[in-house]
Order: sequence, then structure tokens, then C-alpha cells
Amino acid sequence: MDVSQYLSVFLDEAKEHLQSLNDNIMVLEQDPENEDCINEIFRSAHSMKGMAGTMGYTRMQNLTHDMEDVFSDVRAGKIKIKSEMIDVLLQCLDAIQGYVDNITENQDEGTEEHQNIIKALADIRSGNSGATAAAPEAAPEASEPAESTSQTAEPGTDPASDYRAIKLDSSARTTLEEAKAQGKNVLGVTVHIQESCILKAARGFLVFKGIEEVGEIVVSEPNTQDIEDEKFDFSFSLVIITDESKEKIAEIVKAVSEVAGCECGEFDLEAEKAASEESAEPASAAATTAPAAVPTPEAAPSPAPAAGKAPAAGPAGGKKPLGKPVVNRTVRVDIEKLDVLMNLVSELIIAKNSLISAANTSGVSNGNVNEQIEYLESVTTNLHESVMKVRMVPIESVLQKFPRMIRDLNKTLGKKMELTMTGEDTEMDRTVVDEIGDPLMHLIRNSADHGIESADIRAQRGKPEVGQIFLHAFQDGNSVVIEVGDDGNGIDAEAVKNKAIEKGIVTPEQAALLTEKQCVELLFHPGFSTAKQVSEISGRGVGLDVVKSKVESLSGEVSVNTKLGSGSTWIIRLPLTLAIIQALMVIVGEEKYAIPLDSIQSIEDVSPSDLKLVENKEVINLRGSVTPIVRLNEVLDTESSKSPDDDMVVVIARKGDQQIGLVIDELMGQQEIVIKPLGKYTNKCKLISGATILGDGEIALILDTNSIF
Amino acid sequence: MNEIKEIKEKADKGELIQYIVIKIDDEQYGINIKFIDNIVRMQQITRVPKVDAFLKGVINIRGEIVPVMSVRMKMGLSEDVITGASRIIILKTEAGDLVGIIVDQVNQVLTLNEKDIEKVRYDDKKGQGKVSYVSGVGHYDGGLVSILDLDAVVSEKESKEKASNAS
Repeated sequence: MDVSQYLSVFLDEAKEHLQSLNDNIMVLEQDPENEDCINEIFRSAHSMKGMAGTMGYTRMQNLTHDMEDVFSDVRAGKIKIKSEMIDVLLQCLDAIQGYVDNITENQDEGTEEHQNIIKALADIRSGNSGATAAAPEAAPEASEPAESTSQTAEPGTDPASDYRAIKLDSSARTTLEEAKAQGKNVLGVTVHIQESCILKAARGFLVFKGIEEVGEIVVSEPNTQDIEDEKFDFSFSLVIITDESKEKIAEIVKAVSEVAGCECGEFDLEAEKAASEESAEPASAAATTAPAAVPTPEAAPSPAPAAGKAPAAGPAGGKKPLGKPVVNRTVRVDIEKLDVLMNLVSELIIAKNSLISAANTSGVSNGNVNEQIEYLESVTTNLHESVMKVRMVPIESVLQKFPRMIRDLNKTLGKKMELTMTGEDTEMDRTVVDEIGDPLMHLIRNSADHGIESADIRAQRGKPEVGQIFLHAFQDGNSVVIEVGDDGNGIDAEAVKNKAIEKGIVTPEQAALLTEKQCVELLFHPGFSTAKQVSEISGRGVGLDVVKSKVESLSGEVSVNTKLGSGSTWIIRLPLTLAIIQALMVIVGEEKYAIPLDSIQSIEDVSPSDLKLVENKEVINLRGSVTPIVRLNEVLDTESSKSPDDDMVVVIARKGDQQIGLVIDELMGQQEIVIKPLGKYTNKCKLISGATILGDGEIALILDTNSIF
Repeated sequence: MNEIKEIKEKADKGELIQYIVIKIDDEQYGINIKFIDNIVRMQQITRVPKVDAFLKGVINIRGEIVPVMSVRMKMGLSEDVITGASRIIILKTEAGDLVGIIVDQVNQVLTLNEKDIEKVRYDDKKGQGKVSYVSGVGHYDGGLVSILDLDAVVSEKESKEKASNAS
């Protein structure tokens, strides 16, 4: 079988499962009794085993199989989770990751057998009572049929996989009893969908549609909404009222493609009632359809938690609610297709801008035209936002690996550290998320290696024994801010300065003039590493400068706040989107420029008399802070159209916590612009980060205000 | 260089190649039609600050930002004088980038047999500053046309001769 077409799906899913395993094992380390986790791990291991087997990766399959065995024992209560086990399991994950990496690179899992891990896993199991020897073989096998045929002997059968386990609420029962009294058939149907089915919800819908043509669906388990949202495994059950025979219904259901099987039979109202009421009083009233009497017993027994949701009458007693986490309704789309879509949206926005300016210049100020243009404008803006959102993914995917990394660093560095992360759900453009992982990892390693002190020093300083490393991500206006920091040593500005002198990055004379902040900024200088000795973790000479250049290549900025002795915080600020931005259009001389709105603090009118000279440079005093003034016409080699006596329009731009005033000639207003690359030859100009096409087809250059600081 | 090699190969076969004949200053130049993406009228060129003087700026070609350079300035001739006949020829480089060059006039399309093109050596002393932008000379109906060496034209370097002339 040619499986290459499934390779990317396999890899994506394998990575998700690995991540889920990683997370859950970490949770398990803290809370060894967590059943949800154990089940989740078992499921993931099981799925991976199946996937690897299908794809023909036997080594990976063996390893996951052994892992699954261990968890099936754990699930059965034969093994208790111990910390040594966690280590082995994590090694096992690394090994699987290795396979996945190999497959990613050359579609081959490699030849490493990882016998030691397999043995370790076996030891874990055999370390138990001898009774387990045969059991684990059976367990995983049993779970497979459980999904496909549902004929398990488990006492708490999932109602989704067997209609006989469906519990009714009072109104449903009333309806069914009435129907029965009218001589209609009350049937239970359980539909099993093939495990290879991609669009389970669609199949479910077709089954519903088919049945609704001949009858009425009274109860479905899980409920209709969950089925539409694909929140079910591969089976669902229905109770229906129909005039047709059960054979006919089964035939209708089986006519839907990708349905693996269907069980259909009389739905025994009496048996259901007996089961659901269990210990409650015998429902003598039920036969005479007295709704008032039924709710009382209904509320008492086990299905009670689900009583709020009418049709989902809750799974049978004792078993936890539908185990599988909510499966998102998602479509995997090649990022290139999204790029194409984004480009088209960009073109549309340019066309819209052209239409607006054409309408303005041709003097078509008819109210109707304006109305339509405004409508078009709101549609394109929404369209752009939607496309942008499609490209946005939670930053979580890159953060997930950090808890594990800190755990490993704890061991290698012999320090006690704890990582807290917030804002994992902060969303960013996919391309940014892909790129930001390494810089963040570097900063976290940096905090672990250089920031957090050794236990002795922490004790001397009266700090808690466990060092805190934190990562906060949040959205701030049009940018996303990620702060990485620690409560460790902080940065010694003097040490940095001396090191910089020693490395010849600055001369002693220059160094003497540097503020503490500027000294710290020297850390970003290429080839700077303050680690006294090169360690495995960080300090290979390539370091913060790489972080800085990476962040800047993403049009972001990085800065650091530090206090010697109490820790430092690195702040990365990134634009939310790369392709389309809001910009302030300004005129300098005869030329139009766009300044990205998120780098602008404010716009001020400044009288020439307010200009002061400091070290022969023009500054203004802006609400108490001295702000250097840059005349853009000079920077851009053009003539200002203003006379020196006129009041100046000053755009206050900011970079980190510095600000600078840019003198322009005229403001044109705010506009949504599409960033286009300047292309070869002309991209050498550092001042210009790109260009955009205005409504009239004219080009305006986009100023990179950061380069002016 | 590649072009020369290519021309050489084709010359052996006596292949026919179409050239657009343009005028820069007083001289006629031929540009192999396969490198031409488009010919547009003179339009407003957006200046880009802090770049080489021969780069006049950028223009908008079907939504794409395309740099425009002055061949005259590259060759060390006087500033372009923009007239109604001036055109921007959009060239497509081998890497797929678009580059515009300003020419004084576009005259005609010429079909030349490769055999009619005479190779010109780079160290031709008579050529002065211009020779490094010419890869050959074509004969047609008694006239002569210099074939532009596009690799040299669109390279980022300015004419060395120009630099030495200036000093």
C-alpha cells in the first residue's frame, strides 16, 4: 500500500500525540493517581501504535506497544506510577520523537531498536506481581474491538457504542411510550463508523437524514450537536420512532458510505426504565404517562450529572463522562494555500483603496456610491481579519516543550527550578510562531543557566529554594508581548561592561559613558557570551545576538529589564501580523511615507521655539521627558516644504521605552496598507522596511522607525 | 557571460533571435526579446533614499514593486532627459526578479540571425566606458546595433570606467 500520501497527516498526528504524552506524563509525575491522564496516555500510545503499524514503522510500533502495555497495567491498577518510571517513559518519548524526526527527514524510521528502553519498560511491568504476565497482552487487544464493535463485556457500556445503554429522560420516555401505544416501532440503532473515516460528522449527518425520512429521532447519544462537532469516537446510538421494520432501518444506515456496521433492534423501554431507576421506587406511574411523577426518580440515580442536557442522558454509572477530550472540527491546510489567499486579500484591499480614491477624484460623491464603498470597506476589513485569524495559531505549540526542558535542566544543572507559563493561548501568525521557538528556548535556557543561582547562594540571599522562571505571553494592541524572566541573579552591568571592553566591543572610554541600561544592551552584541565557561546549556558564543536578529527579522524587538540580585526579564514584542498593517501616512517634502501605527506613540504640534539643544542635538521636552528630534527630510535626503518658522508636526515614535520625535511636513491620515517587499537592489536602505501601493497606484515607502533610533 | 555562451551556441546553428532596438543617448542597442517582460511608458518613479545614484527608485507593475535603474547613469552618460518617447523596459532576470531600465526611445523589433552578430571583446579599448555593457554588434540592412549585455546592465556594480573618468 502506498502510504506516502498519509505521511504528513501521520507526522502531524504523531507530533500531537507525542506532545499530549509529554504533557500527561509531566502531570502524572505530580499526580500519579490521575486517572484521566493515565487513560489519555494509554489512548495516545494506542493510537500511535496503530498509526505506526499502518505506516509500516515497526520499530516505532514495538516501542509504543510496550509503552501501551505498561499503561494498560497501570490502568488496571497493577502498577503504581513511580518517579523512576517517569524517567523511563520520558526516554521512551524521546526515542519515539527520534523515530518521528527520522521519518520527517527521510521517511524512514531508522534502525535504532532502543532495546534498553524496551527492556526498562518490560522491567517496570515484571517488577509487579507475577499475575500481570499474561494480562497486558489481552488488554490492548480488548480495547481495539471496544472501539469497532462495542461488544465488550464491561459493565458500564458507553451508550454511544450501544443503544441498549441509553438512558432516557422523562419527556423522551413519554414520547416513546405514546408512540408505542400508537403501534409504531420504537427502535434502538447503534451506528459504527469506519475508523478511517475523515468526516465523521458528515456521515453522522447522512445517517440522521436517512432515518428522518422514515421516522423520528427521539434520542441520540451523544447528542446531535456533539455529533455535528465530531465529538464522538466512532459510534453513536439513536432511539427512533418509525413505521418501518428494523431491517429496513439497518439497510438505510448501511447505505451511507464509510459506515462499518449498524445494530438495530427493538428498544426495550421497560428494561431501560428498570436500569435507569435502579434503586428508585418502581415506576408504577410511568405506564400511564404521568410526567410529574417521573422526574423525581430520574434526578436521584447516577445519570443525574447529565440531567441538564436533555438528550445526553449521561453515560452509565461510575464511568467518567465521555473520556475523549473535545475533538476540534479542523481542516489541515497547507500554509502555502493560506499565503495565496492572503495575497489575494492584499490585492483586494489595494483594489478597494483604488476604488475609494477613484471615487474621490472623479467627484462621484453620490450617497449610494459612498454607502457601497463603505460596505465594501467593512467587508474587506473583515475578510482580512478572518484570513489573518486562520493563519493565527496559539503560541502553545512552541511553549509545550518548555516544561519538559526545565525538568531536564533541573537534573543537568543540579538546580531547582520551576517554570510557570501564562497566556499559552495567545495567538500569532503561523510563520511567527514557527520562528519564535528557538529564541524563546534560548532565553529560557539562559535564565536557567545564568539567571537562577545555585541553591547555596539562593539560601544566602534569602530566596526560596526553588528558582522561578516565568513566561508570560499576551496581546497588547497590535502586537504580542512575550516576557521571559527569572527571580535569579539579574545582570551585572559592570561585568558586562568589563567583558565588552575585554572583547574589544567597546573601548574603555566609550564604556565609561555608557548608562547601566546601555551596558546591558551590549549583551545583544554579536559574539558576546558572559558565561564564564562554555556550558552545554548556553554560552556557545552565539546567543542573545541571534535572539535579537531573529526577533528583528520578524519585525519585532527585544529588550531586557534587570535588577542585580533579584532577576531579569526579557521582553519580546512582535507584530500580530506581517502582511497588512495599519499605518499613518505622512508627507515629507514631495514624497509620501507610511509609518506603522504600532510604533507611533503620539503626534504633537511643536513650535520651533520649544526646540532645545542638548549636545548640539535638537530635543524637545515632551511632558517631562527629553525627546530627541529627527528631521525626516534630512534623513531621507529631501527638501522640506515647510519654512523653519512654521510649527512642526512631530510624530513621536517609540522603540522599547525610548522615544524619538520625527519631524514631518504633513499628515495624510491612517490607512490599512499591504506590505510589499522592496526587492533586490533597493532593499539596502535600512530606513525603508518595504513599500506599499496606494489607492491611486502610487507607491509609498514604509519607514522603519527602529532604524532611526 | 551566460548570454554570450548561449549566443555562441545558437550562432553555430544560425538561429534567429528577435531583438527590441532601443536608443540610449545617440546609440542603438538591441535587447534580446526573451529577457523583456514588458515595456511601459514613463511613469512616476518613487525615489528610494540612500541607494546607489543609478537606482532611480521603484514603480508599480501590476501590484509588484519593481526597481528602476538608469542605464545612462550606469554607463556614465548624462542624466536622463525624460521625453514623450522615454520608456521603461521591464527586464526579467534569470533569478526571476523584475528590473526596469529607462531608455530614451524604443525603435523597432529586429530579427537577427546569430551569424550576423559579431562578438565584441571586453577589453576593446575603443569602446571606452560603454563596452562593458555590450556583448556583441549586430549587422542589419547596412546598419549596426550593439547588443546589450544584460547581466552587466542589471548587475549592482557601476561602470568602473565611469568611476575612473570622474576622478
